Amino acid sequence: MKSEGATVPASTTGSRLNIFSGESLRRLVQGDLASARVVLGLALIWIIFQSQNDRFLSAENLTNLMLQITAIGLISVGIVYVLLLGEIDLSVGAVSGLAAGVMAVLNVKHGWNPYLAIVAAILVGTAIGLLQGSLFSRFVIPSFVVTLAGLLAWQGALLQVLGSTGSLNLTDPKITGLANTFYSDAVGWIFCAIVIATYAAVVLLGHRRRVAAGLAGHSVPALVLRVVFVAAIAIVAVVVLNSDRGVPLAVLILLAFVVGMEYVVKRTRFGRHVYAVGGNAEAARRAGIRVNGVRVAVFAISGSMAAIGGIMAASRLLAVNQGSGGSELLLLAIAGPVIAGTSLFGGRGSVWTALLGALVIGSISNGMDLLALSSAVKFMVTGGVLLLAVLVDAIARQQRQAAGRV
Amino acid sequence: MSPDGLLLELDGVSKRFGPVQALDRVDFAVNAGEVVGLVGDNGAGKSTLVKTIAGIHTADEGRIRFDGREIKVARPQDATHLGIATVYQDLALCDNLDVVANVFLGQEEISPGTGEASRQLDEAKMEHSAGELLSSLAVTIPSLRTEVGTLSGGQRQQVAVARSLLGEPRVVLLDEPTAALGVPQTKQVLGLIGRLRERGLGVVVISHNLANVFEVADRIVVLRLGRTAGDFKAEQTTEEHVVSAITGLGEDADGNGKEERDGKEEQR
Repeated sequence: MKSEGATVPASTTGSRLNIFSGESLRRLVQGDLASARVVLGLALIWIIFQSQNDRFLSAENLTNLMLQITAIGLISVGIVYVLLLGEIDLSVGAVSGLAAGVMAVLNVKHGWNPYLAIVAAILVGTAIGLLQGSLFSRFVIPSFVVTLAGLLAWQGALLQVLGSTGSLNLTDPKITGLANTFYSDAVGWIFCAIVIATYAAVVLLGHRRRVAAGLAGHSVPALVLRVVFVAAIAIVAVVVLNSDRGVPLAVLILLAFVVGMEYVVKRTRFGRHVYAVGGNAEAARRAGIRVNGVRVAVFAISGSMAAIGGIMAASRLLAVNQGSGGSELLLLAIAGPVIAGTSLFGGRGSVWTALLGALVIGSISNGMDLLALSSAVKFMVTGGVLLLAVLVDAIARQQRQAAGRV
Repeated sequence: MSPDGLLLELDGVSKRFGPVQALDRVDFAVNAGEVVGLVGDNGAGKSTLVKTIAGIHTADEGRIRFDGREIKVARPQDATHLGIATVYQDLALCDNLDVVANVFLGQEEISPGTGEASRQLDEAKMEHSAGELLSSLAVTIPSLRTEVGTLSGGQRQQVAVARSLLGEPRVVLLDEPTAALGVPQTKQVLGLIGRLRERGLGVVVISHNLANVFEVADRIVVLRLGRTAGDFKAEQTTEEHVVSAITGLGEDADGNGKEERDGKEEQR
């Protein structure tokens, strides 16, 4: 296989011949269609749980599911950036807990304005990210080690911040409202219309720009199909959410960060440099990219997103305690994007995988709760799903290498 | 431009790494629209010479003139600014990015109208320019949006060369451009080097493969033990002469290969 990969004409003709036999299968396995694979998996998971318990796909449970995945999804957004560099941030769970603790202490004990407390908490996450990113890039310590030290240190810091009380209840409506606000049906439909109109405008503008530059635009039916597809998802989502308590603010916050950070990573110079550093750091350096600057910025993003996730988790729980940001939160936040197709090896993936992965993991956890399975089973199943996802990622990578794509 | 088309001229350049005299009073010149093959055995100083021109090393002694003016190249950016581009052996492409992204890596175009805050990439403009650049070089690639990792070695090398042309350089230095390439890919890359010459660029090609050098170079400069051991016009010499200059066999004690070469030619 490998020696054939070196003589390119042979392998090119080989892949041409394969188009009809196994091309789509190959793409499915190799991760080109990773998100389609995940959506299929998610559908399967939903069908299985629905067949076991018909409340699973009820509007109430789906709304709960969305609320349950908000914190993990937000943390995963930052993790995607770190994974794109080919690095890891093990401190996000502890950082989310510490940030929530800082917010709670400032607001409850010191009577700070809730918005100031939230901003301060996010800045704590940013500062931690800057520190860890600088240590990692300046002293070339593996990010694994730096953030593992962080994991321990920030857990300790949370205990320190909470002090002797050990737990703080959040009562400020501005803070508890983050995870417990639902919009009326009309407002939900307005959001829906805005989302669809914005998406259609982006697609149309992109098409116009290509045509203006004299490039072959995408086929118009394909573009229309994409808009219809997004519109359908948005409408179904609003119908479901409206038939329960309405569109939750938490979901809008999650979506806004996913869309915003996807824009940054796919459409801006900085995002391009993130991919470049993750793909080949030396090439990025020679191209004049400030590699260490990109690294520090990415860890700052990871720390900030962890803080934001921690704030949302605290808002939903209405409290911060010594266990905040602990247990499996970290692993699930990393597992989500990987399950959904962001590579652990760097340079491949998208912010959407944070949302998709959180949906997969959240669905499994939610479904098993409905079936009243024990924690023992839940952990083992979630572990199995993660292992499966990592295996698929590793196999995809091996096949790329065998095909001469490193 | 100087009247004789002389673009880059090195005059008695020396470079020492501790006890090792990597370059010893090397003279070297490249004209516009000329391909110069730089050959020599391992450790002869080819890479050091290229890195000195590219600003990765600074010369200890000697002068470098570019376009008739004496220049100092202290950093790689200085060389880039002057119009000296370097394509290194290990390519320095990002396999996970597509051709357009690689061509514009580090010099991405930003959409007009969007503020500094949004900094949106102008993908359409970049794809358009990359397409024009590659087709002007007759580089054939299945699609500008293919990942570079899926391309053949020759295509990757051509993308790397094309990328170096973005800053409109006057001189391009290619370090082993055909190493590890198969025969058809080597042909593609040599063809590309020919087109760089047609554009009026000065091209320096480092290579171990004399056959390739003879195929593409107008002039062949031989380095041996850090010294210039020969400067041949490609069409007036043979591989044999170049090899003897590289190995130093058949030279007199002064290492003066020229007389020896003349002598040989008389013998024929």
